[in-house]
Amino acid sequence: MTSQVNLNCLDFEQPIAELEAKIEELRYVGDDAHVNINEEVSRLRHKSEELTRSIFSSLTPWQISQLARHPQRPYSLDYIDWIFTGFQELHGDRAFADDPAIVGGLARLEGRPVVIIGHQKGRDTKEKLHRNFGMPRPEGYRKALRLMQMAERFRLPIVTLIDTPGAYPGVGAEERGQSEAIARNLLVMAELRTPIICVVIGEGGSGGALAIGVGDALLMLQYSIYSVISPEGCASILWKSAEKAPDAAEALGITSDRLKQLGLIDDVIPEPLGGAHRDGYQVAANLKKSLMERLDELIKTAMPALIEKRHERLRNYGRFSD
Amino acid sequence: MSWFQKLLPTRIRTEGGSKRNVPEGLWTKCPGCGAVLYRVELERNLEVCPKCSHHMRLDARRRLDTFLDPDQREEVGAELAPVDTLKFRDSKKYKDRLAQAQKATAENDALVAVRGQVRGIAVVSVAFEFRFLGGSMGSVVGERFVRAVETCMDRSVPLVSFAASGGARMQEGLFSLLQMAKTSAALARLREQRIPFVSVLTDPTMGGVSASLAMLGDVNIAEPQALIGFAGPRVIEQTVRETLPQGFQRSEFLLEHGAVDMILDRREMRDRIASILALLTHQPSPISPPLLTAEQD
Repeated sequence: MTSQVNLNCLDFEQPIAELEAKIEELRYVGDDAHVNINEEVSRLRHKSEELTRSIFSSLTPWQISQLARHPQRPYSLDYIDWIFTGFQELHGDRAFADDPAIVGGLARLEGRPVVIIGHQKGRDTKEKLHRNFGMPRPEGYRKALRLMQMAERFRLPIVTLIDTPGAYPGVGAEERGQSEAIARNLLVMAELRTPIICVVIGEGGSGGALAIGVGDALLMLQYSIYSVISPEGCASILWKSAEKAPDAAEALGITSDRLKQLGLIDDVIPEPLGGAHRDGYQVAANLKKSLMERLDELIKTAMPALIEKRHERLRNYGRFSD
Repeated sequence: MSWFQKLLPTRIRTEGGSKRNVPEGLWTKCPGCGAVLYRVELERNLEVCPKCSHHMRLDARRRLDTFLDPDQREEVGAELAPVDTLKFRDSKKYKDRLAQAQKATAENDALVAVRGQVRGIAVVSVAFEFRFLGGSMGSVVGERFVRAVETCMDRSVPLVSFAASGGARMQEGLFSLLQMAKTSAALARLREQRIPFVSVLTDPTMGGVSASLAMLGDVNIAEPQALIGFAGPRVIEQTVRETLPQGFQRSEFLLEHGAVDMILDRREMRDRIASILALLTHQPSPISPPLLTAEQD
């Protein structure tokens, strides 16, 4: 049983999983043993924690990318369930279709009405296909736009949850104007007269992520990534081999702490030891606290000043010599 | 001279057989119809094949030079230069790639912005230099574009952009992705001030440039047969695992699907854009109306 490879486990998580399996096994050995099981279990627990700590203290950007895409990592609907109350999902772009790769709707954050928009991935094969692996088509971005404009109309703050490998590269998506849909959102979000808080919860995949990522605050969960191109995509173009993805992940500077250093994000929301999938409630609690603080602050800002500040933020992106 | 060559009669023997009499670069083969074209004539024709009207790529500076009136030009944001914030290195250093591109193109980055006039109408016009790292958008391109937009707002003059780009510049990481948001935000302001923006999409306009500034024109114009889209055709082919239809992501496809307003031949571009700008800004027509012909009566 201990040697069984857990498919929901990343390779660098394997030693931790093995140790934990041993602990489980010991617990079931039960009462009849002569040795003091409890002592042994707590010794192993301590060892497991220590091992996790040591592995997680020196994660490479590539390992963090894998954590960001972990099959057990919480998705938007999980956080919506844990953080908000009374979620009313709203569907469709009113023009072509409803895109299940983006979810959105009305909900309350500690009683305060808000609009939530997030990418949504699927958990099992069927749902993965239904959600198109979290890769939106133009109708997804247009649904998001419709909900954002509704939020502005009713003066509701917006929270966006970013978790996508990227906008879907498909024939239909191109026919229906994937580029225009993304560009339109960037244009409208820049001037939308309501507070917008954007949180990268997993994969921030390029333009497909940015299309719901323009706002007054940009936060990242500790083990999420945000990148102009996937490490694999970058490696296959610049290194001519997707195998070099770990090198690309390093070079692109896609982790939350690196982006904080570069001044491109406002805050990193801590995840529990071992990552968000080890304790979703804890991450949700951290995220909720952060959202409340940010929102309190943004709501106090008068509208013209808020828009001016957002504009200033966008204006200042970039490094060059002058 | 070898004994064999000495045996040959003089009219067969050619002096220095390996040397060509035609200097390099005097003739160009049209990728569209295969016709061999005289370089000077092709240049005069704005790099459009006189036989089949195939539009070849045009350098940024040449583009602006042929689009704007010859007088009263001033470059915008020329002082900006790229920096390598991430110390990016793949098989080559980004720094070296920049130096190489600068040497090859005589530009310091992939966008040129010039304030001037087109048929007497004051404008700011920007053009992407595709030969500079595939016209990719990094911090300098974004900043120069925004300065061009701001110049438009200061002077209340329209903006005309000629896009030719593979997308965002990977070597600048997230900085380059955020240029999409930055340029779009600037265009949002321009729009609020009711200043026209004409976006011309030329071959190729893809990825982050297509999914931001290039699609946001009040009027979007494409050159014939240009490749325009979000995802590259190869990426799409790998995802959907089928061969793509003929003409997919070409200008004509975009016109059919409603993404662009019109397709214009490069040789008409100047007059047509001047006319559009004059209409949008309530100015008299910059072009004298064509005379009525007998058939129209």
